[in-house]
Amino acid sequence: MDRTDVISTLKNKLPGVELLSVAQPYPDELRIKVEARHFKQTCLALHTFLPSPIMMQFGSDERAAAGCFTVTAVFVHIRSAQWVSVTVDIPPGAPGFDSLSTTIHSASLFEREIREMFGIEPRGNPDLRRLHLHDEVWPQGNFPLRKDFRQPQPGALSGYIFTRVEGDGIFEVPVGPVHAGIIGPGHFRFSVAGEPIINLELRLGFTHRGVEKLFEGKTCADAVRLSECVSGDSCFAHSLAFAQAAEKICGATIPAQAAYLRAIFLELERMYNHAGDIGGMALDVGFSFPAAHASLIKEAILQLNEQLTGSRYLKKVNAAGGVAADMAAAKRALLLATLKRLKTDFQELVKSLYASASFMDRVDTTGVLRRKTARDLGVVGLVGRAAGIPTDLRRVFPGVHREAQFKMALQESGDVLARLRVRVFEFEESCRLIETFVGKLADGQTTGVEPQLKAGSGLGYVEGWRGPVLYWLKIDSAGLIERCKIVDPSFHNWPGLAYAVLGNIIPDFPLCNKSFDLSYSGNDL
Amino acid sequence: MLNILKSRLIKGVVTRTIEPAQAQEIAALGAELESLIHKRFRRSLAIREVDTGSCGACESEIIAANNPIYDLQRFGIQFVASPRHADALLVTGPVSRNMLTALKSTYDAMPAPKFVITCGDCALDGGVFKDSYYVAGAVKAILPVTLHIPGCPPSPLSILRALVAFLKR
Ligand code: SF4
Repeated sequence: MDRTDVISTLKNKLPGVELLSVAQPYPDELRIKVEARHFKQTCLALHTFLPSPIMMQFGSDERAAAGCFTVTAVFVHIRSAQWVSVTVDIPPGAPGFDSLSTTIHSASLFEREIREMFGIEPRGNPDLRRLHLHDEVWPQGNFPLRKDFRQPQPGALSGYIFTRVEGDGIFEVPVGPVHAGIIGPGHFRFSVAGEPIINLELRLGFTHRGVEKLFEGKTCADAVRLSECVSGDSCFAHSLAFAQAAEKICGATIPAQAAYLRAIFLELERMYNHAGDIGGMALDVGFSFPAAHASLIKEAILQLNEQLTGSRYLKKVNAAGGVAADMAAAKRALLLATLKRLKTDFQELVKSLYASASFMDRVDTTGVLRRKTARDLGVVGLVGRAAGIPTDLRRVFPGVHREAQFKMALQESGDVLARLRVRVFEFEESCRLIETFVGKLADGQTTGVEPQLKAGSGLGYVEGWRGPVLYWLKIDSAGLIERCKIVDPSFHNWPGLAYAVLGNIIPDFPLCNKSFDLSYSGNDL
Repeated sequence: MLNILKSRLIKGVVTRTIEPAQAQEIAALGAELESLIHKRFRRSLAIREVDTGSCGACESEIIAANNPIYDLQRFGIQFVASPRHADALLVTGPVSRNMLTALKSTYDAMPAPKFVITCGDCALDGGVFKDSYYVAGAVKAILPVTLHIPGCPPSPLSILRALVAFLKR
């Protein structure tokens, strides 16, 4: 099925639906506009025949220019390598749209977000509780992403209602938001019957800090810096997704050297996080020797990052139009030499884990997320690949990864061990990719272009270490950001964790949690 | 397992991934820190960390400060699980409105004498998130702050340096 086929299939499936407009502003984006009353039907059709979960869904306040709000749902079509979006206009008086969530689970959280941020009702969504704006502190009726929002007006405060599990011998164990370790804040409410967990409810949003609103009115140069602060362990993936969106809108083509450098840094970010998580899993079962070993590998990569770019977390490297600094021959040699040593260290680490019967016993068949559940929930990225969902944006949209014959990790069992194996495979694959890309770098190349300001909108996307990081960006004619919607893979995957722990015991929760290692700040924005 | 132990014994203490100059600095700062903590806190300083809305990189660096390269614990600094065991509260991130109550109750749960350290530019005044509708204000407007460690994020070495400089005062 190629590009035009998406449209003709859609027309065949939905004879009664008029497509108000169909546009292909970029080769990888297909945009469809329909009437609000056809929104649900159209999305359901795309969801089943592409097939794709809702990759992002967001509102936008276009009242000043067009007299309405808009709601957009974005799907990915893997075979034709493009993003398919459906947009509807929503008139401002009592705004609302038909909820998709009873059929497409992956829409539910997005709809709740649209509701609290814009006051647009997802009609029929059975769960309307707020996610980021906690009812105890944020008065009703204040919608921060509306353009006319200034300060919160006083209004009623209320509380949050947790799902209650009732029955003989059911206990509730509330944990957080402040946890015992050095970790982000979130509230977990376990319902247990004896030892096994029979329900886990996650209440997040504790690190909400209004990131999307802060993007508005900023220049691209300032906004790149902000994007680095959205999720601290994915600084590079976030700034890259942002920069790519901006470059797309400006029509800028980045030099080949910059593309290779970006690919190298993206893989370095993956490597230090994977190493850190593998150590974290060992630590959570009390196996401290490999944990210490893994933390040394992570530290070595952070120090390497600093030597290469001046920043341990690869901050201030990306710019709209390219990367800030080149990598001279001496640095390339340093990178290759360090990688060589790390590879040996890493193999030793993996050997020590796989050779330990007690470690393997803890991770094998623990925290299983089945493929069917993962698909239904719209789980993405690493966790998805561990459950047998073969999707990786580096394969769908290969770019320079094609030249390196990128190989995707895939496991079937969906347990902690599968997530560990995906990480091990990806760490080694990242090493190989970096070696290939370093070989393509040359001396004295330009690493950036000056983007020409242009109004428009576009989607930037990157397969970060957790999964797809998406930035939908709209820039006005003055070159300032009008709307920026961010989706970190954590937002898709937290519900997956709540299912993976079912039937497990609470003492295994830290291990399950670490094997997902989702971002609080990326989820809460 | 045996192979690994053997290779560990051959490799010895793992400071090999850092520059000798840096290793020396860590050792020197650490010795100083240890004697300061010994003098002022009778052997150990217990810290409780609270994230009030950070991006996670500040936490990552605090965790790194406990890896075998820096290993703050050997100098007498312990990161504790409960505020009841803590001498100091280490706050990262701008204060999200959602974390205001949790921050205050964590502080209240600590026994006196106690003090507050802020870590990272966000915790100083909100940093890049300063102007947000959801940031409740600087930590120092909410709790008495005695020490600030600047950086975005501060590296383990700068955390170490800041602690030594502070305890020397
Ligand atoms: S100071 Fe920087 S690194 Fe620390 S939480 Fe803020 S943005 Fe993140």
